[in-house]
Amino acid sequence: MDALKQELKEFIIEQLNLEDIEVKDIANDDALFGDGLGLDSIDALELIVMLDKNYGIKLTDPKQGRAIFESIDTMAAYITANRTN
Amino acid sequence: MKKVYINSIASVSAQKTFDNAEFLNDFIDHEGIEIPVVNPNYKDFIPPAAARRMAKGIKMSIVASKIALQEAELEAVDAIITGTGMGCLRDSEKFLSTLIDNDEQYLTPTSFIQSTHNTVGGQVALELQCKGYNFTYVHSSNSFESALVDAKMQLAANEENTILVGGVDEIGEHTFKLQELVGHVKVKPVKVSELLNSKTSGAVYGEGANFFVLSNEKQESSYAQLMAVKMYNTLPKEALSETIKAFLSANELQVEDIDLLVLGCNGDIEFDDYYDILGEGGFNETQQAYYKHISGEFNTASSFGFWLASKVLKLQTLPDLVKLNDIKSSDFKTVLLYNQYRGENHSFTLLKQC
Repeated sequence: MDALKQELKEFIIEQLNLEDIEVKDIANDDALFGDGLGLDSIDALELIVMLDKNYGIKLTDPKQGRAIFESIDTMAAYITANRTN
Repeated sequence: MKKVYINSIASVSAQKTFDNAEFLNDFIDHEGIEIPVVNPNYKDFIPPAAARRMAKGIKMSIVASKIALQEAELEAVDAIITGTGMGCLRDSEKFLSTLIDNDEQYLTPTSFIQSTHNTVGGQVALELQCKGYNFTYVHSSNSFESALVDAKMQLAANEENTILVGGVDEIGEHTFKLQELVGHVKVKPVKVSELLNSKTSGAVYGEGANFFVLSNEKQESSYAQLMAVKMYNTLPKEALSETIKAFLSANELQVEDIDLLVLGCNGDIEFDDYYDILGEGGFNETQQAYYKHISGEFNTASSFGFWLASKVLKLQTLPDLVKLNDIKSSDFKTVLLYNQYRGENHSFTLLKQC
């Protein structure tokens, strides 16, 4: 699980061009959207594509995203439970 | 009809031109077949949260736009008109590569959003909070001149009072390889100071953003008056001299009235003879300058020539590194620019001291 969390942080920093942020700056329970990391709706789309491409998870209900993408902890838990690759 | 003035200028180029207090003081003699821009500190101009999704062309343009507005002492402009030959090329390449690599699956929004030609104009408007007329011209090496013509007509007709006009293009890795394949790029690297002596075909490519505030009101910061712009998609060599004389005549000028001829020579022996026709022909007694060894070649490189001419008219000095011949004008009152790329999309631009 820790390896997955590290992987997710690296992906988020690289794919979402968070230039001034390092892996150590993101705590596992930090909010990714809003007042936390400050991600927005376009980032949410990037994350949905990432779930599909990297882990074979298709989000059919966009409303699910709000809970899944709350933090690195929630993302890692969802991916571990639902990944197909 | 109202007169049109260049009230401010700003340039992000392969030299340190973003500082308007300088005028090509420290020349970087790049060596290569493509030359990168000297990057300003983008964080001084763009909030990090906004910058993270911006392509290089957008960042360069926003910096140039903000410098131009600052120099014109404006908080806002009435309109934004952009010229770009290739738009946000890197994001276009990224999106299309992903499309192919992932078999049309897993397409992400960011590069798609930014892959259009008018992204720059839109992002500049967002940064400046300009809700006015916003238009982008895409017309190869006449893109910037097309933007100029639009701005000039609107200002002359007093439809707008201040317009931000710019030319921007960025180097895209894949497109550059294609341009190499078709022989548009020089095969061997050259020192840019020796560009015109290379005697080889192809150009040294570059990128950059040059923005200007044009207005129908002259102010203390004004650089020059924009007198006329004329474009030709095709123009045979044998018709060039007469066409440029007719252009001057239409503006009640003769060759002798031109104090400086700014040419877009890029060291390509296949096409620089267009410039030779003027430089060695009718304008052989006129002081001449060139600039593509500084800017590199790109579709809107002529906007750098426009920056150079504006600066010369205001400062009344011509840096040695852009001089093309030994003739010296006593002063610079009227400047004529001529540009073409690979024998197509010719433009004449006429500036006057104000």
